[in-house]
Amino acid sequence: MSRRRHSDENDGAQPHKRRRTSEPMEIEDRLESLICRVGEKSTSSLESNLEGLAGVLEADLPNYKTKILRILCSVARMLPEKLTVYTTLVGLLNARNYNFGGEFVEAMIRQLKETLKSNLYTEALYLVRFLCDLVNCHVIAAPSMVAMFENFVSVTQEEDVPQVRCDWYVYTVLSSLPWVGKELYEKKDVEMDRLLGQIEVYLKGRQKTHVPMLQVWTAEKPHPQEEYLDCLWAQVQKLKKDRWQERHILRPYIAFDSVLCEALQHNLPPFTPPAHSHDAIYPMPRVVFRMFDYTDAPEGPVMPGSHSVERYVIEENLNCIIKSHWRERKTCAAQLLSYPGKSKIPLNYHIVEVIFGQLFQLPSPPHIDVMYTTLLIELCKLQPGSLPQVLAQATEMMYMRLDTMNTTCIDRFINWFSHHLSNFQFRWSWDDWADCLTVDLDKPKPKFVREVLEKSMRLSYHQRIVDIVPPSFSVLIPAEPIFQYKYGDESSSSLLAYPVTITVGNAIKNRASNEEILTVLRDVPNPNQEEDDDEGEGFNPLKIEVFLQTLLHLAAKSFSHSFSALAKFHEVLKTLSDSDEGKLDVLRVVYDVWRNHPQMISVLVDKMIRTQIVDCSAVANWIFSSNMAHDFTRFYVWEILHSTIRKMNKHVQKIQRELEEAKEKLEKQHHKKRDSGDEEDMEKLSGDEEGQLEEQIERLQEKVESAQSEQKNLFLVIFQRFIMLLTEHLVRCETSGMEFNTSWYKNCIERLQQIFLMHHVTIQQYMGTLENLLFTAELDHHILTVYQQFCALQL
Amino acid sequence: MSAKLSALFSDSYIDVSQYRDQHFKGNRVDQEKLLKQSCTLYVGNLSFYTTEEQVYELFSKSGDVKRIVIGLDKVKKTACGFCFVEYPFLHCFLSGAVRYYTRVDAENAMRFINGTRLDDRIIRTDWDAGFKEGRQYGRGKSGGQVSRRPLVPQSGSFDRSLVRILLLPQVRDEYRQDYDPARGGYGKLTQLQRTSDGPRTF
Repeated sequence: MSRRRHSDENDGAQPHKRRRTSEPMEIEDRLESLICRVGEKSTSSLESNLEGLAGVLEADLPNYKTKILRILCSVARMLPEKLTVYTTLVGLLNARNYNFGGEFVEAMIRQLKETLKSNLYTEALYLVRFLCDLVNCHVIAAPSMVAMFENFVSVTQEEDVPQVRCDWYVYTVLSSLPWVGKELYEKKDVEMDRLLGQIEVYLKGRQKTHVPMLQVWTAEKPHPQEEYLDCLWAQVQKLKKDRWQERHILRPYIAFDSVLCEALQHNLPPFTPPAHSHDAIYPMPRVVFRMFDYTDAPEGPVMPGSHSVERYVIEENLNCIIKSHWRERKTCAAQLLSYPGKSKIPLNYHIVEVIFGQLFQLPSPPHIDVMYTTLLIELCKLQPGSLPQVLAQATEMMYMRLDTMNTTCIDRFINWFSHHLSNFQFRWSWDDWADCLTVDLDKPKPKFVREVLEKSMRLSYHQRIVDIVPPSFSVLIPAEPIFQYKYGDESSSSLLAYPVTITVGNAIKNRASNEEILTVLRDVPNPNQEEDDDEGEGFNPLKIEVFLQTLLHLAAKSFSHSFSALAKFHEVLKTLSDSDEGKLDVLRVVYDVWRNHPQMISVLVDKMIRTQIVDCSAVANWIFSSNMAHDFTRFYVWEILHSTIRKMNKHVQKIQRELEEAKEKLEKQHHKKRDSGDEEDMEKLSGDEEGQLEEQIERLQEKVESAQSEQKNLFLVIFQRFIMLLTEHLVRCETSGMEFNTSWYKNCIERLQQIFLMHHVTIQQYMGTLENLLFTAELDHHILTVYQQFCALQL
Repeated sequence: MSAKLSALFSDSYIDVSQYRDQHFKGNRVDQEKLLKQSCTLYVGNLSFYTTEEQVYELFSKSGDVKRIVIGLDKVKKTACGFCFVEYPFLHCFLSGAVRYYTRVDAENAMRFINGTRLDDRIIRTDWDAGFKEGRQYGRGKSGGQVSRRPLVPQSGSFDRSLVRILLLPQVRDEYRQDYDPARGGYGKLTQLQRTSDGPRTF
């Protein structure tokens, strides 16, 4: 069974070797392949392929029924974009073999229960949708489906459950209606009306505090960022008004109507939604991302409206395709571009919209950011005559709307655009954006261009950037990333510590040891020192400056040189940075010398955290210090902070894992002892081991606690600093009557939001402390709102 | 309960390629095992001017990079077989290795960075069994020295001191401006002209 081969040279995919298998395995693999591939491009029609396949499977049922059941359950769960192909297949099988149909339905129900228990809510939704479409294929009786829906909607009557729980059940019912609304209404319109009425009541009473935090743009125009349930409700209402006429979904079962309506239907067993439990993790609410409407696609098919059910189905299917194929960008791009029914819709626009919708999704995209960049490049390769233009149009639109775009989304836009440009020789019509030169440089548009140029420079070099932009843009070009040595030129020879820098520099060049360096540094005059204090060991900030400036200057050639330098003189640095002030000073020097090379600052800070020259809290304090106020709104600063938080989180997780492993090992030991017959022998051998393990577990326990304490402290520091800064600003504006909503304020408050969004899983653990210590009712309501919106995400 | 559908959800971009390092000390099985656990990627087809910074920036997009090594790769076979000595740098190309902290990050690099452009060239990544100090890619001086240079391959009759000088950034800069047609030219001009794929609007 060979995997797909990618023939194109430019790609990184590798051809796969053919496996040698035995007969039954071969048949099972063949079955899997047949089932998986039905519906793909073929010389025969879909109908004849389905007919043929149904015949083959029917014949194989006596020997391979279990395998076939399993495969069909899997495709129902994992290939939602081909839903109707497989429901038709099941319909045909049910018509030929009633018992099989019944067993399949039972297996599906079992799978549904399992997915719900395992917090796999997206897959559970696909399963429910599949069951619904089976009504269209005469496999399941409509009244029993309505009964299941009634049970789902009754969840809204439960008390003391998170809103997100009820949300999921309501969403599942609504999202199935494009497929099965017509049939259910034909059979049970009274019940369905009642259901929809109940849903309407629920939707009206829902909390929507979370919405502003999830919106990509704060402006309502040109496209409102609607809450996902509100949007779907509007779409269902419109569908109902159209008497459930839905024309976009491909329905192969229509061709088989004469066969299928002869089949006997099964009733769904009564299905009670599993009760709420504390470890249930329901999907978070979403906002629907829209950037195009019918006015944007200049020619060709018209884009379905924002409240049309077609729009919903298209977006669902495209999202499903990405979910299935994100790991293989060529396949993913090909699948997206061969979307069935593409001739009736402006497919390129839908694809671009869905991709950016995922990339900008808050709190985080479903997949790693770089995947989307590469996918778009693949799409441009496959559709070179049309897709790049749509992409350029999208970029232009997003640029125009930067003023109201969420800061986190702007970050991702910057990263995507610069990386994309680097694959296309940085060609762009920069002159079209000359308007950004007419406003303050701290406004969103010029800021965006500056950050894009900075990122682009990191992927190329300074002169390249100078060459690619028009001369008028020179004010936005980043500085040349050159080391700034305080003791470098003639004027510095009068500085107090200048002579020592020469000595230190020579010592380093002559491969002095750490001890020798420390001895040399004793000669550094201490500006803090009193005349008669000859201890000389008090904290001396000048020591750090002299040493680190000189060291980094000598190592300035490359990252590798600087890393070697930090490694070689690790001892000296640890000694010098032993106090909190010492750590801050180290960071200050790094910034001073490398302020024109933010990338170098990032990698040095990263290295220093990993080698424990500075700690995470020091980095946080440094970022919020007055020294860094000038760069506070720059992208690189926040990249450093988030990277620091992530390192802290990974550190805690790592020790927690070690603790778990040690505990498991101990349990295994206990089991071994219990199960072994020779107790005495085992005891002798494992007594020591067990003692060691228990000691290790105790040590790890302490390590975990200490790490968690450090982690909590880090968040406290960060939030505290935010609160101080923001409160100061708000008070100042209020007393002087100034408008508080400046560019700086917008950036700052959204950066606070970003901390919550990007690290929400970790922060959940410390909610109690945060609420008691920091986010209390006395806080300015602008700041408190951010906290409340965050809390609303999982309520 | 359900089948894995391996026929459909392939992840071929992270598969181990056919290439095997002939200098690897161990058998094929060992090598394959190491490759499947490796967090290190070999990176090939770099431009002669590609810097460590650029490699860091690009590869950081799939995760935190632990270490990068860039150096000259072995002499390429020319049409007449191995030709070196006279103009060694003519037949060299730059390659490197990128090591991540976790396997997942390296896999994402194989999926999303391999086959895309860095410094206008399409680069290739492949699993590497992991570079150790003293491996055949040459001994760098042991860590900690400020004057350490990027690793250089230990091959044939290279004039290694010459090569080391070439790798100094300031000399590479000079070389870049000093466009020498007799040397087949690695000038910026050639690089820019070389890129022919990609649509026109971007």
